[in-house]
Formats: sequence, C-alpha cells, structure tokens
Amino acid sequence: MTLIHLAILLPVIAAVFIGTLYRYYRRIHLGWFVLPVPLLIVIYLFTLIPRAMNGQVIHETMQFMPRIGMNFDVYIDGLGLLFAILISGIGALVVLYSIGYLSEKENLGNFYVFLLMFMTAMLGIVLNDNVIMLYLFWELTSISSFLLIAFWYTRDRSLYGALKSMIITMFGGFLMLGGFITLYLITGTFSIRGMIEALPQIQESPLAPFAIVLILFGAFTKSAQFPFYIWLPDAMEAPTPVSAYLHSATMVKAGIYLVARFTPLFAFSNLWVWTILIVGLFTMAWASFNAIKKDDLKAILAFSTVSQLGLIMSLLGLGALSLATGANDELFTVAVVAAVFHTINHATFKGALFMITGIIDHETGTRSMKRLGGLLTIMPVSFTLTVITALSMAGLPPFNGFLSKELFLEAMITVLKADFGAMASTDFLIPLVAVIGSIFTFIYSILIIYGIFLGKRTHDTPKEPHDPPVLMLISPAILSLLVIIFGLFPNVLSATIIDPAAMGIMDSAEPLGTHLAMWHGFANPALWATVAVVIIGSVMFYFRDRWMFIYNYHKEAFTLNFLYDQGLLYSRIGSEKVTDGYMTGYIRNYLVYIFGFFIVMGIITLMNSGFNMDFSGFAPVGIQEVIISLIILIATAVILITRSRMVSIIMLGSIGFSMALFFVFFRAPDLALTQLAIETVTTALFLVCFYHLPKKSRHEERMRFKFTNFIVSAGVGILVILFGISAFSGRVFEPISEFHIENVYELAAGGNMVNVILVDFRGFDTLFETLVFGIAGIGIYTLMKLKLTRKDEDNEEHSEESRV
Amino acid sequence: MELITIILSGILIGSSVYMMLSKSIIRIIIGTALLSHGVHLMLLTMGRLKQGNVPVLDPEVSSYTDPLPQALILTAIVIAFALTSYILVLALRMYRELGTDNVEEMKGVPHDD
Repeated sequence: MTLIHLAILLPVIAAVFIGTLYRYYRRIHLGWFVLPVPLLIVIYLFTLIPRAMNGQVIHETMQFMPRIGMNFDVYIDGLGLLFAILISGIGALVVLYSIGYLSEKENLGNFYVFLLMFMTAMLGIVLNDNVIMLYLFWELTSISSFLLIAFWYTRDRSLYGALKSMIITMFGGFLMLGGFITLYLITGTFSIRGMIEALPQIQESPLAPFAIVLILFGAFTKSAQFPFYIWLPDAMEAPTPVSAYLHSATMVKAGIYLVARFTPLFAFSNLWVWTILIVGLFTMAWASFNAIKKDDLKAILAFSTVSQLGLIMSLLGLGALSLATGANDELFTVAVVAAVFHTINHATFKGALFMITGIIDHETGTRSMKRLGGLLTIMPVSFTLTVITALSMAGLPPFNGFLSKELFLEAMITVLKADFGAMASTDFLIPLVAVIGSIFTFIYSILIIYGIFLGKRTHDTPKEPHDPPVLMLISPAILSLLVIIFGLFPNVLSATIIDPAAMGIMDSAEPLGTHLAMWHGFANPALWATVAVVIIGSVMFYFRDRWMFIYNYHKEAFTLNFLYDQGLLYSRIGSEKVTDGYMTGYIRNYLVYIFGFFIVMGIITLMNSGFNMDFSGFAPVGIQEVIISLIILIATAVILITRSRMVSIIMLGSIGFSMALFFVFFRAPDLALTQLAIETVTTALFLVCFYHLPKKSRHEERMRFKFTNFIVSAGVGILVILFGISAFSGRVFEPISEFHIENVYELAAGGNMVNVILVDFRGFDTLFETLVFGIAGIGIYTLMKLKLTRKDEDNEEHSEESRV
Repeated sequence: MELITIILSGILIGSSVYMMLSKSIIRIIIGTALLSHGVHLMLLTMGRLKQGNVPVLDPEVSSYTDPLPQALILTAIVIAFALTSYILVLALRMYRELGTDNVEEMKGVPHDD
C-alpha cells in the first residue's frame, strides 16, 4: 500500500464518508464536500509529470490475491498518467458543475457515491499492470455507469438506457476477460509488462488472433464503436454532468486506452491494425452522418462522441498499421501523437459542450432543436462558449480541435504514400472516408451553434431562458479557456504530456520532440483538406433543406436498435420457454433429473474405472440371516404394491426391526440397541401422524405403475449393487480403524470402541449431530404451533376494527 | 453373506427411489426411511461382516469388527430419525393447511409477471 494505491482508492474511501455525511447533514450542497477529492488527486498526479517526462515509470505492487496472480500492481507511465489526469481533472470540473446543475432536492447521496465509485474504477483501469485487476475495475465502471444512467430511476427511458449500456458493455467486457485469459495461456503472466516481454511467444502462438478479437470486443463495446455504439445515445438519459463525464470524456475512452495499451503487443498483427482502422474510420463517418438528423441536442452530441471516438480509434489503428507493415516511422508517430492530442482535445471541447447543453436544458426546459433558436441575445455567455467549443470540434483555427484534426487528416493522407502491398489499390478510400466524416462533423457543429443561438426565436420553450448562475458557467468556461490555450500554445502539452503518452503507446524510450504548430505552409495537404471540408461543409449546410430528405429513407426494421430490442425480446421468450420446459414445479421431475444424473455419472465412472469383482473372503451365510433377508424383501415388495397406508407402515416397521436383528448378527450391539429404540419411536410417530391424516386415502388412484419411475429406480438400484460389489472387491487402502482399535484405551480410556469414536475421536461430529437434532426439534415445534394468517383474514379483521 | 447384503441394500435403495417418485407425500416419506435403511446396510457391509469380535476392548480377544462404520451408522440412524420426524410433521401441517397429501396439488398458481 503506497501513496499511489491510496490515491486510486481515495474516491471510494471518501464515498463512505460522503454517504454517511449525507444522512445527517444537508445544509450545504453535498458537492462541496466531494470537490476536494478529485482536486487532491489531480494535484498529486501533476507532481508525477516530471518523472513521466524523463521516461521514468512507477511500478508499485500490492499483494491482493497472489495465489491466482491477481495483484494490485500500479504502473504509471505517460499514457496512464494522461488518462488519470483527464479523469481526475474533468472529474473536478464536473463535480463543480453538478453543484449548480443538481438541486438539493435530488438524491445527492446516491449521485456522488456512484460518481466517486466510478472515479476509483476508472483510475484503477488506467494505472494498472495486472489484467485481471484491470478487468475488475473495467466492470466496476460498467456498474457505476449503469447506476448513474438510472439515476432518475422512475423514468422508463433511463432504465432502458441503463440496462442497454450495461448489457452491451458487460458483454464486451466478459469477452475481453476471455482475451486476457488467452494471453495468460500464451505467456503465463497476467502482467501487461510481462506480456510485452514475452512478445515473441505471442507472435508465434496460434491463439493470438483469438485473443485479439476478444480484446477488441471489449474495447469496441466500451468505446461505442460500430456496431456497438447504440448504447451511447440511450445513455444520454443520465443527468448531464454524468454524460459530460462518463459518456464523453472518460469512460468511453477506456476502450481507446485499452487499444493504446495493447498496441505494442499486437501491432505485429494485420488483424489488429486493419480491424481498428476500418472500424474506427467507418464509425467516425457513420456516426457524424447520423448526428445531423437528430433533434435532441444530447443525441447530436452522443453521435458526435461516437464519431470522435472512431476518429481516435482509427488513428491508433493507423499508428499500429505503419508499425506492422514496416512503413515509415514518421507516419506512425504522427498518428499516435494525433490520437493522444485528440483524446485531450475531445475531453475539453466535448465536456464543455455537454455542460452547455445542460445549461440550456436547465434554463429553457427543453433540448429539442425545433423548439430552440435565437437565444444569442438572451444567453450571450453560453453563446460565446458554444462558439469556441463547437468550432474547435469542427476543426477550425485557432482552437485545439484544428490542430489535432489537421494531424488526423495529415496522417490519413500520408497513407497514400506508404506502400501497403495488396491494399494499395483501395487505399485512397481511407482519406476519402476521413474527409467525408470531417464534412459531416463540420455541418453538425455549425448546426448546433445555428440551431440554438441564431435563427428565429421560437418562444416555444417551457421556461423563460436567461444566462445561468455563475456556478454552472465556471466549468465550461475553464474548459473553453483550455480549448483556446491548447490551440494557441499547443507545445505546453507536447513535451509534458503528449510525448510521454505517445512513447507509452509505442513502448519506446526515445524522446519524440514533437512540435505542434498551426501553420505548416501551403504544401501541407492537410491544409487543403481542411479548406475543402470547410467549403463543402458550408455549401452543404446552406443547402441543407435540399438533401436532408435522404434521412427519410430509414427503415425501422433495419436499424441496430431494432435488432437489439428484438434480440432481447426473443432471448427472453426463448429462455422462458426453455426454463419452463424443465422447471415444471413438480418434485417428481426434479428427482428424476437428480437420479438420472446419478445414473449417467455412475455409468461413466464404471466405464472409466473398470469393474472389480472378487468373491473371495466373504463371510459364511447363516440360516437366520437368510430368513431376515427374506423378511426385508417381502416387506419391501408389500410396501411397493400395497394400497393400505397402515400396512405399509407396519411393513416399514418390520424392515426396521429386521435391520436391528441384522446389527445383532453383524457384531454391532450398539447399533442394534439404537435401531430398536429409534424404530419404535418412528413407528409410533407415523401412527400418531396418520391418525390426523384423512381416513380415506386417495393415494390408491395414484398407484398406477409408472414405467419411467421403474426404469429410474431400477437403474439406481442396479448401480448401487454394482458399486457395492466393485468397492467391496477392490479395496485400495487399509481401513483406518486400526488406529482407533489400537489407541482406544491409551488415548480415550474407554473400552467400547464405537462409543469412544462417537464421543471422543469424532466428538465434533456428534456435537453437530445434536445441533441438527435441535434444529429439527425447533422446526417441529414451530410447525405445530405456527399460526398462519391469510391476507384476506387480515383484511377482514382490519375492516372490523375500522367499523368499531 | 456380503453379496446378499449388497444386493439387499440395492433393492432397498431402488425401491426407495420408486417410492420417492410418487405423488403421495406419505409414500415419499416412507421412501426416505427405506433409503436410510439401504444406506446403513451398505455402510456396514463395506466394513466386512462377521470378521472378528464385537468391538469392545477385551484382553483375550485379538481381532475386532471394524468399529468405524458402526459409529457412522449410529450417527446416521439418529439423523435419519430427525429427518423423518420433521417431514412427517411437515406433511401433517401441509395437509391441515392445504387439504391434500398430493405434492402436485400443492404447487399453487404461478404468478404471471
């Protein structure tokens, strides 16, 4: 346990106190007590930056479950540090914002406890070296995301969205665990560092593609890539601070982090790089295309987030691609730097945009684009912030989005120069799709500014709008300020954060010396691509009424959401049918399953272990024993066929007394005594009970012979006989009772061995036996005395009381 | 002798399974009682029958019957008794509450939700 472990666990520890505090003290908004937690963490993390800049890594181990290789191994390099700073930094801003956003009437205790839980989980993911611990934290983020989306749990849409996000992300997470275990099978370690050291083994292993696909499932579901993105728009039912925090800035980036973290491991594989590149690019274009038709502001931002995540993903794919094909290192570096830079930028501008959306929702009462418009004069501050952040998202100078977007376009265009062998003829598609996606990104960014603030005022809003309290504006203002600072002075970041992170992705120790600049000269193709995006985007925006009709060609039955809903419905119906098929509620069926299983397993065991038969050493048969055996046989037969209950009880009694006689002949006087006493009491008890049971037994009509029952019972009986013979003939060990016989006097000072074993050698058995007896006694007493009150009787009593 | 007792206990256990698969709760209880008899006989047989003397220490005796199965069976007899008496009373109570001794009629109406 070091300071770093404490920093990761601090939010969860704080959550305990916050939750308790909320019960007793509500005068001050709970958020003020939460705010110091992420602030402390972010300050602590800033102190680690110099170490990361020097290429030092921090590796601290805490034993958690060493036997199964599950240790809390904190590992901090540039990559992890970048994400950790984003998590705690944005976390602090979001907490500050939520103080204004959530009124004190809401259940703040739940909200902040879930939020703090998420913070720990997320820090745990990015500062971890042990994949099993990583998986644990990974699922914890899914759970806290579920709880936060369902924060307003009385709304159906919230529950639907929460469930959807959990089903999809946990589905991916579980597959990812499979991928980790596959990696463990290959390398024999759960440590990511250890896996990277064992890289040659992974490259040779036939299991590697299997691990790649499974891990990508985890990354793509979490980072909402096509076709799993459908959960993210529905997750927007969460309170806006949550959307800003989990569903745009941090949690959805966990998939990005995972891909970045495993890049050194899998970059050799074509499967890895092409899947990431193609899925990322397609997601980027598809989601930005879909964002335009949405009416809900948060839905636009959700699709925009999906699109931007696709962009980062494709950059990571490209970075790995050039490593895999041996193309020039420069391309690789540009793509990785762009990915890291855009991760930061996206967190700033998208976080701010979400917060502004929350402000607009808060002040006007609606998020519908149709009902908003012309708010420029009424909400000037919000307008300014929106313009800054939306233009950054569109990729315009002088904001940070422009820089990373240009790096992205540059990387995508340079693909043409590299030689990718068989894919060379189609490689023009990569920059083309990138540019198309950027055009739509541009259009929806402008649409957000135009739709809310410009145009005609609708006067259709539920509340009279005005600028929000300062408290809500601080966080988006800080983020917007960062957008400008990172845009104008990008090199503040390049040496301190971007380079260490990019080095972490590439697993290299060489300093990169990245220098980011706005202006690269006219020869830079990315500049012309940006110009083209702006011009085409502006033209398409102007004539948007002419081409928006294409969105009408959209069939409900072909959407992924429809697939998800139907899949869920039919899997529910299907599993219900299957379960109803065997869970009949009849005890007989369950017993048949149990005994059937016994028979099957018994046959398998006999076939595997073989059957012993050795008839030597049997004791002689006496005439009296034969007679007793015959009595038992006849009595059993009578019990099976008799219709009278009384007869079967008497027969059962006779079997019991015959057993007592058997015990006498087999040199077991204690057993015989006990059996005699018990049998007498049992028979008496049966008779007493039957006195109270119905005179006319109805079980006569149920006496019909049942063939399945016969087969099952005959099978069990025969198996028992076979087992008995086999076990008796093939004795493997000497009986342990020699010890008891020899020591009975020395150790226990007793002569009767059975008694000594019961009260001394196996004294605890007997003790617990009396416990069982006591429980049975209490049970019987309760059953006799318990007075069940039925509901209708209760109601009658109450109504009588009320009449009185 | 051991062959006889093994077969006998097999028959007892088989019959007890047959009884337990029926609908009447009385037959099920009788089935469990039969089952315990079959198991006791099997346990005793596994310790070899009629070898040596009664397991009570005696300076003149050199060989004893295996005392361990006997101790096990003694425990089992008592536990079986507790079980039998409990389910007997349970059956009685169920009959009083539900008016039937048929386990399939006790199921009640499943909730539709």
